[in-house]
Amino acid sequence: MTPHAEHHAGHHGADHHGHGEHEGAHGTLGSYLIGFVLSVILTVIPFWLVMDGTILDKNMTALAIMALAAVQVVVHMIFFLHMNGRAEGGWTMLSLIFTIIVVVIMLAGSLWVMYHLNTNMMPIHDPSQLP
Amino acid sequence: MIDTSTVATHPLFGRLTLESFPYHEPIVVATFVAVVLGGIALVAALSYFRLWGYLWKEWFTTVDHKRIGIMYMVLGLIMLLRGFADAIMMRLQQAIAFGGSEGYLNAHHYDQIFTAHGVIMIFFVAMPFVTGLMNYVVPLQIGARDVSFPFLNNFSFWMTVGGAVLIMVSLFVGEFARTGWLAYPPLSNIAYSPETGVDYYIWALQIAGVGTTLSGINLICTIVKMRAPGMTMMKMPVFTWTSLCTNVLIVASFPILTATLVLLSLDRYVGTNFFTNDLGGSPMMYVNLIWIWGHPEVYILILPVFGIFSEVTSTFSGKKLFGYTSMVYATVVITILSYLVWLHHFFTMGSGASVNSFFGITTMIISIPTGAKIFNWLFTMYRGRIRFELPMMWTVAFMLTFVVGGMTGVLLAVPPADFVLHNSLFLIAHFHNVIIGGVLFGLFAGIYYWWPKAFGFRLDPFWGKVSFWCWVVGFWVAFMPLYVLGLMGVTRRLRVFEDPSLQIWFQIAAVGAVLIAAGIGAFLLQIAVSVWKRRELVDRTGDPWDGRTLEWATSSPPPDYNFAFTPMIHDNDAWWDMKKRGYKRPLGGYKAIHMPSNSGTGVILAGISVVLGFALVWYIWWLAAVSFVALLAAAIHHTFNYHRDFHIPADVVVRTENERTRLLSGQV
Repeated sequence: MTPHAEHHAGHHGADHHGHGEHEGAHGTLGSYLIGFVLSVILTVIPFWLVMDGTILDKNMTALAIMALAAVQVVVHMIFFLHMNGRAEGGWTMLSLIFTIIVVVIMLAGSLWVMYHLNTNMMPIHDPSQLP
Repeated sequence: MIDTSTVATHPLFGRLTLESFPYHEPIVVATFVAVVLGGIALVAALSYFRLWGYLWKEWFTTVDHKRIGIMYMVLGLIMLLRGFADAIMMRLQQAIAFGGSEGYLNAHHYDQIFTAHGVIMIFFVAMPFVTGLMNYVVPLQIGARDVSFPFLNNFSFWMTVGGAVLIMVSLFVGEFARTGWLAYPPLSNIAYSPETGVDYYIWALQIAGVGTTLSGINLICTIVKMRAPGMTMMKMPVFTWTSLCTNVLIVASFPILTATLVLLSLDRYVGTNFFTNDLGGSPMMYVNLIWIWGHPEVYILILPVFGIFSEVTSTFSGKKLFGYTSMVYATVVITILSYLVWLHHFFTMGSGASVNSFFGITTMIISIPTGAKIFNWLFTMYRGRIRFELPMMWTVAFMLTFVVGGMTGVLLAVPPADFVLHNSLFLIAHFHNVIIGGVLFGLFAGIYYWWPKAFGFRLDPFWGKVSFWCWVVGFWVAFMPLYVLGLMGVTRRLRVFEDPSLQIWFQIAAVGAVLIAAGIGAFLLQIAVSVWKRRELVDRTGDPWDGRTLEWATSSPPPDYNFAFTPMIHDNDAWWDMKKRGYKRPLGGYKAIHMPSNSGTGVILAGISVVLGFALVWYIWWLAAVSFVALLAAAIHHTFNYHRDFHIPADVVVRTENERTRLLSGQV
């Protein structure tokens, strides 16, 4: 029986498992450039929408900005944070999925809860008469 | 809306005046005198025995996860005494405040006491105990030398202490919050709580929260990256699994608490209106947000304790844990589901039938994995050779008590029932039933179970049993009357009562609190007696319980480096497997071991944070600015510290291991 491995890696957490942690952890110049250009485009469009102010109505502009921001988040994650299914043995993807689940639960839940609270609120006719 | 600038602030002392010191409250003054005398005695004793250098070098600046774990336990114990003092004061007040009597506590003081009791018991008793056990045990269970970020661990501990210190300061300088432990607005807004209480609350929790979040990150990283070779996820001990899920919950939920408290501080300090009724703000949003953190927090406390019970049950039944896989899945399911039930804390707020029924159903669903765990423990015991040592006794007491608490919880999960029971003493009885009967019983089981590992001798069983019976009986006597009172409609946080027929129940509850006090006393006595009799109770094997997991493979207490050689794992009861296969300890071939160095930066950063918190509480802006700059400077200065590691020379390792060989052979 050989119960011991010659691992003296200790506290700095070297890779014991051979998952190939560093796969895809570094981008190439090309991928950084693609990410940069995409980010610039996704930033310029909202500015253009707001500064022109006539292309879409107010609500649509707000929605468009939020949608573009969400897309930009994804761009950053893929090109700058090197997110993919293989990095760190799948742990980064798993934690991303968990984060998204929690954030969605929190935001959607809060909106749902607060919306219902608001609808069920007793109507206030004259706020100035309140104590 | 109140303009904060109307509060008179002195340029030097902020709003701190002589009147801020509660010298007119005799109870507080007496406590203060006792604390000062005790403090002087402690400082004198430490100086007399020349222990300051030892404490600083070996403990305060240590980055060893084992010592940090022990320090967390000491913090939890000290704060338990403070939190329990609050509890027994409330019990006494409620037992006598009948028939026109005002009791002995005025409303101003009483409100601070129930707030402090809740805050301290959750944040500075249960959390340090749980974090302490995880810190001590997890690296040993996975065969690691330390946690991933040893300095961060030290820093996290001292930030938790910093929060506790700020709360203790509020006892004697100014006042603590009078809002209940979650500080709901509008009461906690500046308009209704213009004093310092809520500010103490905010900054104590923010400082401690930094520590909690960082230690969560640290332990996740440790468990994911530093397992011994061969230990796949599904070969991890159950305690490590529950610790992993707990720390995931910490990292995902504490930022919500931080953000919510930031919004509340903005309301209080700069006059924003997030949680007021003006300008589109809503106090209900605070309640919603704080419970999105608050409900996972409940599971942060209970999950590691489920892990303790799993280890204890399988060790003392001499069997592999029944249903390991289902135990892991139950834990993971609870982790996710704990984010889907928060609204059950405020069914009565008025979200309507559809929202309430959704959260009522999710709450009932979350009891299923918990129930599955109970059955797993029962089946582990079934046909096992059960040794009724103290940890096992705590486990059985837990199962009997916790199931009752769980069932009253399911009762409260039914929205119509909750409309009757909301904020009644029934709720108080319910959550004490699960927190004492679950978390605390489990912590005692864990302390008794792992104590020999940490100190090399067992705890005295006689005083342990005295403590056990006082606690268990005391719990039932103290909290069953509250169920009755709650069903009769008595609400929480009341100071005086009109109806004389209720008094008997409060008196019974007070008797229960006295029994619990005896239980705490017996626990302290147990530690003292065990230290006194440590030679009789000594354990030389490192494996006093015939354990199953890796922490029992090394000596008690473990050497600084935990394991001379990283073990290779083949089974989820790794040590049991090694023993069965005739494991022989290697007697040679030791090498120098790479270790992290101690650092005093954690103490310094936390100390500055306390000053910063104090300055912000009292509006001493110059001090806040100075300490904030100092905080940044100290942190940056630490990045230039290049003496972060050293090697334990091979001959020291040889000497330590030979000493262990000698002890082991002396046994046979």
